[in-house]
Amino acid sequence: MLEFDFMQNAFIAGGLVSVLAGVVGFFLVMRGQTFAGHALSHVGFAGATGAALLGVSPMWGLICVTLLGGVSMGALGERLQGSDIVIGTILSLALGLGMLFLHFFTAYATQATALLFGNVLGVNTETLWTLAWLGMACLLLLAIMARPLVFASLQPELAEAKGVSLRLVSMLFLAIVALTTAECIQIVGVLLVFTLMVGPAATAQKLTSRLGAGVVLAAALALAEAWLGITLAFYTDWPSSFWISALSGSAYLVVVTVLRMPRKRRRQPPSGE
Amino acid sequence: MSDVSLDIGQGLFIGMLGPNGAGKTTLMRTVLGLIQPASGSIHVLGEPASRGNAAVGYIPQLRSLAGNMRLRGWDFVASACNGHRWGLPILNKAARQEVHWALDMVGAAALARRPLMETSGGERQRLLLAQALLGRPRLLLLDEPLISLDPHHQHGVVALVKQVQQELGITVIFSAHELNPLLGAIDQVLYLGRGQAALGKVDEVITSPVLSRLYGSTIDVIRMKNRIFVMAGDVEVEKEEHCHHA
Repeated sequence: MLEFDFMQNAFIAGGLVSVLAGVVGFFLVMRGQTFAGHALSHVGFAGATGAALLGVSPMWGLICVTLLGGVSMGALGERLQGSDIVIGTILSLALGLGMLFLHFFTAYATQATALLFGNVLGVNTETLWTLAWLGMACLLLLAIMARPLVFASLQPELAEAKGVSLRLVSMLFLAIVALTTAECIQIVGVLLVFTLMVGPAATAQKLTSRLGAGVVLAAALALAEAWLGITLAFYTDWPSSFWISALSGSAYLVVVTVLRMPRKRRRQPPSGE
Repeated sequence: MSDVSLDIGQGLFIGMLGPNGAGKTTLMRTVLGLIQPASGSIHVLGEPASRGNAAVGYIPQLRSLAGNMRLRGWDFVASACNGHRWGLPILNKAARQEVHWALDMVGAAALARRPLMETSGGERQRLLLAQALLGRPRLLLLDEPLISLDPHHQHGVVALVKQVQQELGITVIFSAHELNPLLGAIDQVLYLGRGQAALGKVDEVITSPVLSRLYGSTIDVIRMKNRIFVMAGDVEVEKEEHCHHA
C-alpha cells in the first residue's frame, strides 16, 4: 500500500500528529483540562470555515483561531477553572457560527465532512510541511517549559511560591494545545480530536504511574492507533477516522476492564526512580 | 491584620491558630512573598520576604486533583526539585540524591513507589513534607496539614514534623484548627483573630483574657488533664470552626 503517494503522506502526517497529540495529551489529562482541548477544536471549526468564506486557507484560519482561543483561555486562568457552562456555551456558539459560514460559502460544503471528521488520505505535501514545522515548534516549546509545567500542574500553590508564573505556564501550554488541536483536525477532524489527544494519554496513565514512561507510552499508543487505523482504512475502505477512534476507544476500555478484574495479589511496583 | 508586630525565634515549632478568616493562610502567603503587606514589612531569616526564597519550605493544603492521580509519589515529590527552572524535568544525580534524602527524612522511600491515589491522607502528608524539604529550607510553613485526618493520623503527622524539625534544627509554623493535637509538640502558639495576634507559650496565650480580646467576645479556657478546651458560652470554638471548614 505504500507505493501510493497519498498513503505515504497519510502515514507521515498521521505519525507526526499522533506523536505530538500523545505527548501534549498526557499533560492535558494530567492537568484535568481535557474539556479545554475539546472546546478549542470546535472554535477551530468556526475559524476554518470563516477563513474559507474570506478566501483564506482554512488551515491557517484554523491555526489562528485556535491559538487565539487557547491563549485567551490561559490568560483567564483560574477564573475559567470549572466553568464548564461558559466553555460549553462558547463551544456551541463556535460550531453554530461555523455552520453559518458554511451556509454562505456553499462551494466549501463538500469539505465540511473533511473538517468535521478529518481526511488523512487527502493530505498533500504542502500541508505535510506545515504539520511538520508546527509539530516541531510545539514539541520544542513543550521541552523548554516541561519542568515548570509539571510543577505547576501538580502543586500550583507551591510552584507559585517558588516563583513560577501560573498564568504564563497556562497560556503557553494552552497555545501548544491549540496548535496540536489544529493538527489533529487535519487527521481525525473537529469532532474526533479526543481520540488522539485524550484516549492514548488516558490509557497510558492507567498503565504506568511513572511520568516519563507515561509520556512515551501515550505517544507510542497514539502512533500505533493512527498507523493501524490508516492501514485498516486502506484494506477495508472504511474511513480512517472511524478506525482510529475505534482503536483509541477500545484500547482504553480494554485496559480499564483488565485493571478492574480482581487480582490474586497486588503486583509490587518495581523499585528505583 | 493591622498594627501587629511579631518576632518569631529561629528553631522553634510554632502552632498557628485562629478562627476562619483570621488570616492564617494570608500570613503564610505574605511570608512567601506572594502578597505584599498593605503597610509595614515582613523579614524572613533577616531578608525582606520575597517570592522564590529557597530557605522557605511550604506545604499548601492538598488539592483533590493531585490526590486522584495515578502518578507515583516519587514523581510528585520530584516535580518540586528545581521546578521553577525551564527545561526538561530530568533530574541529575545530585537532584535524585536530594529527593532520596528528603524521602528518607520522612520515612517515605517505599511509599513513593505507589501511585498517589492509593495513598492515605496521612501518607500524602508525609510525601508533601518530603517535597517541602527539598532545597533544605530553614523555615517550614505548613497550611492546615491535619485537615480531614483522623486523630491517629493527626498525631502521626505532628510527631513526624516535630522529629524533622528537631533533627534539622529548623523553624516550623504549623497552622491548625485545633490546639490539642499540637500540645506537647509546639514551643509557642501564634493565635490570630480580629486583625490582632498573640504569640507566646501555650500557658501565656491560651488564656481567657487573651482569647477574649482576639475573639471579641467572652471566651472560657478549660483545662482537663492534658487537653485544653476553648469555649464561647457553651460552644467549643475550635470544633465549631472545624465543622464549618469541613
